[in-house]
Amino acid sequence: MPNKKQDFIDQKLQDLNNDGVDRRGFLKCMAWAGTGLVWTMSGGIPVSRAFAKTADRSAGKGADFTFVQISDSHIGFNKPANPDVTATLQTAINKINAMPHKPDFIIHTGDLSQLSKPSEFDALDQVLKGASPKQVYYVPGEHDMLSDNGEQFLQRYGKGTKGSGWYSFDQKGVHFVGLVNVANLKAGGMGSLGHEQLEWLEDDLKGRSASTPIVLFAHIPLWTIYPDWGWGTDDSEQALSYVKRFGSVTVLNGHIHQIMQKVEGKVSFHTAMSTAFPQPAPGTAPSAGPMKVPADQLQRVLGITDVNYLVSGRSLAIVDSPLGESDPSSAGSGGSTGGR
Amino acid sequence: MKRVWVGSFTASVVIAIAMLIAGSPSVTASDQPSAAAAEVKIDNFVFGPQTITVPVGATVTWTNKDDIPHTSVSTEGVFKSKVMDTDEKFSYTFTKAGTYSYYCTIHPKMTGKVVVQ
Repeated sequence: MPNKKQDFIDQKLQDLNNDGVDRRGFLKCMAWAGTGLVWTMSGGIPVSRAFAKTADRSAGKGADFTFVQISDSHIGFNKPANPDVTATLQTAINKINAMPHKPDFIIHTGDLSQLSKPSEFDALDQVLKGASPKQVYYVPGEHDMLSDNGEQFLQRYGKGTKGSGWYSFDQKGVHFVGLVNVANLKAGGMGSLGHEQLEWLEDDLKGRSASTPIVLFAHIPLWTIYPDWGWGTDDSEQALSYVKRFGSVTVLNGHIHQIMQKVEGKVSFHTAMSTAFPQPAPGTAPSAGPMKVPADQLQRVLGITDVNYLVSGRSLAIVDSPLGESDPSSAGSGGSTGGR
Repeated sequence: MKRVWVGSFTASVVIAIAMLIAGSPSVTASDQPSAAAAEVKIDNFVFGPQTITVPVGATVTWTNKDDIPHTSVSTEGVFKSKVMDTDEKFSYTFTKAGTYSYYCTIHPKMTGKVVVQ
């Protein structure tokens, strides 16, 4: 019986792949509504709908499981762009706790801290203790490995992981892989996974059915967004070559403190907002430093990402929500697209 | 604490250089770049100046003017700063001639050079 079902799914995926919808068609489907976008991906076919309050409320309904991505909390940062990053992280957690559907777990895509200080990790732990999902999966950002090659990060958040903190796990048929691309960075380069991790990844994915939905998550984007600012990963192509045969691949990243997304074949790339401070769109500022916005605007450029998975449709729907409640009609400036 | 340490370190280096110059009358100002101490400012994710030329024995001090922490680390492992948060400094004294490439290990796109002659 399970085999029959699997065959049916494989057949379905194949049908979807031959339906004549090209990449341009995909992109046309993707309509933005400023602060967020819901899109459902099934076998490489994304279907989008504008994100509005109603969509937000119904997003988790009927989903087999949901999880939330948070990123770049930078606990310890205290400059004018956001003098109280612990408070905005708390707001993010409150938002998660208020969700009508309780997420199964949280993924934190790195830069938990600003300076890898024990007190910063302590403060983060304190806030996350109050989150309703008790399971939190972490990958480090470069700020979490500043002084000790990530030793402390590994002790706190990386028990049982491999190398500098990579690992995989399964949740209701979806295979999740947490990757580390912030260790041993080379002069002049961008993010890096390294030979050992790539070998492990190839091995980890080997033997899995092509119909298994795959979610890769790492701090620095696994696609090249803006090399001048180091917004990419030098050896991500190699990693992505290992997931090419899968029918549904979702890549979740942080680091750039803004929403960007791209669909390439069956792979959907997505970056999350920070819970701490926004960063400028590529090339729109002299550097990637923190972007200062008026205090009353800050919560519109910080946020969380809610991901819903439907086993029946083999699809992942992603909803980005800013921390601040905003009227959908006036929400045009909250996000930025990969189309820039 | 850190700044006090950097300051006294720089002072002792300046004394050392003064003694060196006093003991080597053949070295004249025209032979060498004049500064025995040089500054590199880190601003907007850039080391400025990106290439700095100093005489042997000069102390280079990096200052981070960004809101984001940076490091200054020799690609050859010659020197390695601690993480410099906003306005924090790191100094290193170059006692041998040569070209020293360095980068920020947090933002490796940031690179610079110290030419010691």
